[in-house]
Amino acid sequence: MRINPRYINRLVRMGLNVQAYFTVGILIIIVAIIFFKGFPHTNFAFILSFPEDMGREGGIFPSIVGTIQLALLSILLATPLGLGTAIFLTEYTKESLFTKFIRFGVESLAGIPSILYGLFGFIFFVIKLKMGWSLLAGVLTMTIMILPTIIRTSEEAIRAVPRQLRIVSYSLSASKWETIKKVVIPAAIPGILTGIMLSIGRAVGETAAIIFTMGSSLRLPLSLMDSGRTMAVHFYILAREGISMEKAYGTAVVLVLSILLINILAYYIMNKAIARYS
Amino acid sequence: MDTKIATDRLRLSFGKTEVLKSITIKVHRNTITGFMGPSGSGKSTLISVINRMIDFENNVRIEGDATIDGTSILDGSINPIELRRRVGTVFAVPIPLPRSIFENIAYGPRLKGTSDRTTLHHLVEDSLKKAFLWDEVKDRLGTSALKLSGGQQQRLCLARTLALKPEIILLDEPCSGLDPISTAKIEDALSELKSEYTIILVSNNTKQIARISDFSAFFYLGELIEYDTTEKVFTAPAETKTEDYIQGKFG
Repeated sequence: MRINPRYINRLVRMGLNVQAYFTVGILIIIVAIIFFKGFPHTNFAFILSFPEDMGREGGIFPSIVGTIQLALLSILLATPLGLGTAIFLTEYTKESLFTKFIRFGVESLAGIPSILYGLFGFIFFVIKLKMGWSLLAGVLTMTIMILPTIIRTSEEAIRAVPRQLRIVSYSLSASKWETIKKVVIPAAIPGILTGIMLSIGRAVGETAAIIFTMGSSLRLPLSLMDSGRTMAVHFYILAREGISMEKAYGTAVVLVLSILLINILAYYIMNKAIARYS
Repeated sequence: MDTKIATDRLRLSFGKTEVLKSITIKVHRNTITGFMGPSGSGKSTLISVINRMIDFENNVRIEGDATIDGTSILDGSINPIELRRRVGTVFAVPIPLPRSIFENIAYGPRLKGTSDRTTLHHLVEDSLKKAFLWDEVKDRLGTSALKLSGGQQQRLCLARTLALKPEIILLDEPCSGLDPISTAKIEDALSELKSEYTIILVSNNTKQIARISDFSAFFYLGELIEYDTTEKVFTAPAETKTEDYIQGKFG
């Protein structure tokens, strides 16, 4: 018996719909639970005040600052480094055993569990280089951790820029570097920003690697050599050690909201970039 | 007549395939020279030697010589980037850079270090006028060049090339994707431009070559079959191959 394609069509469409709603549904449920449990404990005082009694009382101001410091500094370090690597791989090398090796290395790095980065950071930065638990050790570890993402996404974005655009640029007497700077990178910005966004998300949400390298001090990190804790670490410690579930969920709300804010901001910048270069 | 571009027994091969077989031609200053021939005849490849865009292809071997004003352009001492300021190129498919009309045209001059706003403005206006596009875009220089129609984009590409203040303009089938009206506008612009520039027009459209070129060259399978004044080539071709091609017997 042959089933009418119309029914199959309908069935497939229904199935795909269910899958899409399922994904979004899970996201909504997670966010709803966090907000339901945490929102009553979230207010401006919570955001702007210092924690007291190990976080049982008071706010999370130092963790917010610590999160921003960690994410911002590691992005500032990893982006030029990662973008540079991506440009080198795409524009200055021909496909060879060497580039395959680098790409294999980058992919392997992306697959390593974060706890191993934490362990490496602890052994190398904290102990060997005598940085101690510090913002610096955390930033360097996080930089290595997000580098593969930035390299891969930038590489894809650069590769997607049509060859014809480069040819036109060369024909207008541009050098290779001028072409990369003025044509290739601008056209690749949306893709590069995607990588940066993913990386910020990873830096903001990371716990294991951070506890090992940046430590978990509740004080406000005022220098690169100070220890500090990010919101994710704060949440983990509050929840894991049963210090205060209310404060933990309050922290989670701020964490989710800030990730949302970063995403909105990134989309805004991305649209600006797209509007400017198209 | 004064020679601007010349090749001397120029041979070029991609790997083992010989694409240009000993081409010797002299292109005269301030004329439009039409290069015609069926695809695979080597005319586009010859152009890419003159602007050194051939540098971006792999496995290329070149023998013989090509000169502009008597100086070799294949010599190692020639800087291809500087050469491309003297030799402008318009490609078959118009490819605007993803930026505004103004910035598209200012791209080349900015690379040369021109950043003064007034100078750039004059240059942009002048180039657009020469390309017969100014009247259509003068009120929206800040909008994206990608929003222009195909015919306008091709004239934008011509204007962009003119802004480099080149001596030579190479056009590689510039009208292949354009409607007759847009084609006519490009042809009008080219006829005006030849007093200042040496122009090579590669085209599959023999009628176009007959209309606007002063000299015509017919290429076939990498060889220069015939080269003379357009009048001579089109009214009394010396070779039967040329005649057959012009009459549309193959192509």
